[in-house]
Amino acid sequence: MATIADEFHAHSDGHVHDHHDHDHKPGFFARWFMSTNHKDIGTLYLIFAITAGIIGGAISGIMRAELAQPGIQYLGYFAQLLGTKDPSFDQQLHLWNVLITAHGLIMVFFMVMPAIIGGFGNWFVPIMIGAPDMAFPRMNNISFWLTVAGFCSLMCSAFVPGGTGQGAGIGWTAYAPLSTSGSQGPAVDFAIFSLHLAGAGSIMGAINFITTIFNMRAPGMTLHKMPLFVWSVLVTAFLLLLALPVLAAAITMLLTDRNFHTTFFDAAGGGDPVLYQHLFWFFGHPEVYIMILPGFGIISQIVSTFSRKPVFGYLGMAYAMVAIGVVGFVVWAHHMYTTGLSEDVKMYFTTATMVIAVPTGIKIFSWIATMWGGSIRFASPMVWAIGFIFLFTVGGVTGVELANGGLDDNLQDTYYVVGHFHYVLSLGAVTSLFAGFYYWFPKMSGRWHSELLSYLHFAVFFVGVNMIFFPMHFLGMQGMPRRYPDFTPAYAYWNHIATIGYMVMAVSIGIWIVNIIYAFTMGKKAEGNYWGEGATTLEWTLSSPPPFHQFETLPVIKDDGHH
Amino acid sequence: MASGKTHDYHILPPDLVPLATTLGAFTFTTGMVFMMHPETFGALGHIVPWAGLALLLAAMFTWFNKIVNEAHAGDHTPVVQLHQRYGMILFIASEVMFFVGWFWAFFDFSLFPSTISKAIGGQWPPKELEAVLDAFDLPLLNTMILLLSGTTVTWAHHSLIHGDRSGLKKGLWLTIVLGILFSSLQAFEYAHAPFAFGKNTYGSAFYMATGFHGFHVIVGTIFLAVCLARSYRGDFTPRQHFGFEAAAWYWHFVDVVWLFLFVCIYIWGNWGFAVD
Repeated sequence: MATIADEFHAHSDGHVHDHHDHDHKPGFFARWFMSTNHKDIGTLYLIFAITAGIIGGAISGIMRAELAQPGIQYLGYFAQLLGTKDPSFDQQLHLWNVLITAHGLIMVFFMVMPAIIGGFGNWFVPIMIGAPDMAFPRMNNISFWLTVAGFCSLMCSAFVPGGTGQGAGIGWTAYAPLSTSGSQGPAVDFAIFSLHLAGAGSIMGAINFITTIFNMRAPGMTLHKMPLFVWSVLVTAFLLLLALPVLAAAITMLLTDRNFHTTFFDAAGGGDPVLYQHLFWFFGHPEVYIMILPGFGIISQIVSTFSRKPVFGYLGMAYAMVAIGVVGFVVWAHHMYTTGLSEDVKMYFTTATMVIAVPTGIKIFSWIATMWGGSIRFASPMVWAIGFIFLFTVGGVTGVELANGGLDDNLQDTYYVVGHFHYVLSLGAVTSLFAGFYYWFPKMSGRWHSELLSYLHFAVFFVGVNMIFFPMHFLGMQGMPRRYPDFTPAYAYWNHIATIGYMVMAVSIGIWIVNIIYAFTMGKKAEGNYWGEGATTLEWTLSSPPPFHQFETLPVIKDDGHH
Repeated sequence: MASGKTHDYHILPPDLVPLATTLGAFTFTTGMVFMMHPETFGALGHIVPWAGLALLLAAMFTWFNKIVNEAHAGDHTPVVQLHQRYGMILFIASEVMFFVGWFWAFFDFSLFPSTISKAIGGQWPPKELEAVLDAFDLPLLNTMILLLSGTTVTWAHHSLIHGDRSGLKKGLWLTIVLGILFSSLQAFEYAHAPFAFGKNTYGSAFYMATGFHGFHVIVGTIFLAVCLARSYRGDFTPRQHFGFEAAAWYWHFVDVVWLFLFVCIYIWGNWGFAVD
C-alpha cells in the first residue's frame, strides 16, 4: 500500500489548497448540530466521550475516596449534594450502588464505546478504506445524538427516586430482582431507557460501519488488504448488531416486569431471575470484545508504523479477531458460574472461554513479532502501545484464571474480578484509546501535542493505574467482595494504596488535558504524514487535518501485497 | 453538496432531522417514565409521551420523505442502492436477534417450568391456566392469512418488474388488507383469550412475544401502505424500486417470525392442554 499512498499523496498535495477553496464548511450550528460529515461526527463523539469519561472518572474518585479507609465517610455528603436531605444510613448505602452503576454504565456505553467506535471508527474507517464518507451520513448523525440522549436519560435518573434512595442503584448489569421489585421509582426506568436510546444509536452505527466497509472500499482495496483497524471495527460492528438487540429484549422485560405486571424475572409468577443473567451476558460478553477489539486494531496500526514493518501475520491477525468475535458469543455463562449451573455446563463454558486465549495469544505474539527486527521508534503512541500489550496481557492472564469454573467459585464477585476487568478495560481499552489519541491527534486537529508531556502522561498513568488495580488482586484473593462501600480493617492497607494510585492517575489526566491545551494554543502545525516512513495507511496521504470532504476522486490501491 | 466529486457515493448536506428525531425519541422515553410514575410526575405522563411520539413520527416522516425525494433526484446510484440493501438486511438481522431474546424467555419458561411457583406447578402450560388458545382455530387461520399475504406481495413485486402497474396496486392492496385482517384477528384473540397479560410466565411470554410481532406487523403494514401510496403517485420503476423491496423483505421477515411463534408457542407450547 505504500506505493499507492505515495502516488496518491503526490496527487492530493497539488490539490490540497484547491480542496480548501472548494470546501464549503457549514456555519457553526449546521456543522456541529446537523452534521453529515464523518470527521465532524467523529470529533463530536470524541468530545462527548471525554466529557462523559471525566464524569465517570470523577464518580470513581468519590468511590476511591470512600474506600480509602474502613467505615462510611463521604457518602452522606454526596447524597446531600444530589438533593437528599439528611440522608439515612440506607440512603447513603444506596448512593454507593448508584455510584457503581453510573460509573459502569458511563464508562462502557458513554466513554469507551463512543470514543473508540464512534470517535476513531468514524474518523478513520472511511479514510483508511479510501472512502469519501460513511455509507449513511445522516444515520451517522442520529447514532451520535441518540448516544447523547441516552446519557441525558441516565443523568436524569440520578435526581429522581430509585427505591431506597435517589438514583438507579442496580449495578451496570441491572440484575433482577434488584432492578425490578427491589428498586421502586422512576430512576431505574430512566436508566433502562438510557440503554434503549444508546443501544438504538449503536445498532444504527453498526449497520453504517458494516455497509461502509463492505461497499465503499476504494478500487483495489480488497478485504484482505484492509488495515487491521478497519477489520477490528468490522468485527466489532457485527458484535454490536447481533448482541445489542438481545440486551434490548432483556431490559424491555425488566421494564414490563417493573411497570406492567409481567413476571419474566419474578419467581412468584414462575419467572427466572437467572434468565435475566443469561440474556444480559449473551449481550455482555460480546460487549467486552466490542470495547477491546477496536483497541486491538489501533495497536496493530501503531506497532506496525513505529516498527516500520507491515504487521506480522496480517491474515492471522485479522481472522484472530473474527475468531474472538465468533467464540465470544458462546462463552457468556462464565459470568454466572455461581448461579447454580450444572458441572457439565460449567465445564463447557470453562473450555470454550479458554479457547479465546488462543486467538488472543496470536495477537499478542504477532505484535511482538512485528516489533522483532523492526526499526523501532519510541514515539509516544508506540510507548502507549507497548504499555497496552503488557497491561492487556496481565488482564488476559487473570481472565484465563477466572475462566475456570472451579476457581471462580471462590473469586466470583471479589475484587479479583474488579482487578481483572479493569486491567483489560481501563488499562487495556483506555490505554489503546490514549495510544490512538496520540497517534492521530495531530492528524485530526492539524496541531502537534507535546511529545514530552505525552511521555509524562504515560509514565504517571502507568504507575497510577497499576497502583489502583494491581492491589485489587490481593484484596480479591483475601476475599474482599466487590460492590460494598465498607470493609473490615484487614483490607485497609491495599485499599489505601489503591486510593493513592487513583490520585496519581488523576494527575496523569491533568497532564493530558494540559497537553491538549498546549496543542491548540502553542502546538506547531502537523504535516500530512508526520510519522514518516512506516505510516502507510491512507490517512497519511491527506493533509492534517484532512479536507472537509476527502477522496473526491477515489484513490486506487495497487496490488503490491503490503498492508 | 460536495464540489467536483467524481465518485457515485451520496454526500449529504447538513440536516436537522436526526437531531429532531432524537429529541422526539428522548421526549417519548422520558414521557413514558412520567406515565409509568404518576406518583412522582403527576399528570405530566398524560401529555409528554404523546408529544414525544408526535415529534418522533413527524421527524421520521420528514426523514423518509427526504430519502424518497433524493431517489427522484437521482442520488441513489447503483452503489447507493447497494448500501440500502445492506442496510435493510442488517437491520432485519438485528430484529431477528431481538426476537431471539423473547424466544429465549419462552423456552426457558416452557422447557423448565417453575416448580416453586404455585401458579406454574412444574408444568407447561402452567397449572394456574384454565385453558389456552387452540392453535388450529384462529391462529391457524392467521397463519394462512400471513402466508397468503406473502404471496400477494410477491405478486405485486412481479407485476412491478413486468411493468404491470395495476397488478402492483392490486397485489399491494390485497397484502395490506390481509395485514390489517391479521392484526384485527390478533386483537380479537387477545380480547377473548382465556388467560391474562402478565401475572405468570405464560401470559408474559405469550403476550410480549406475539405483541412485539403484532407491532412489527403494523409497522410492516404501514410500510406497505406507503408503497401503495407511492405507486399511485407513479413512483417505482421496473429497474429501481428498493423502497418496495425493503417493505417486501420486512414483510417476509414478519411472516417468518410468525411461523416460529405459531409452531413454538401455539402448537408445541400448548400441546395436550385444554383449549378454550
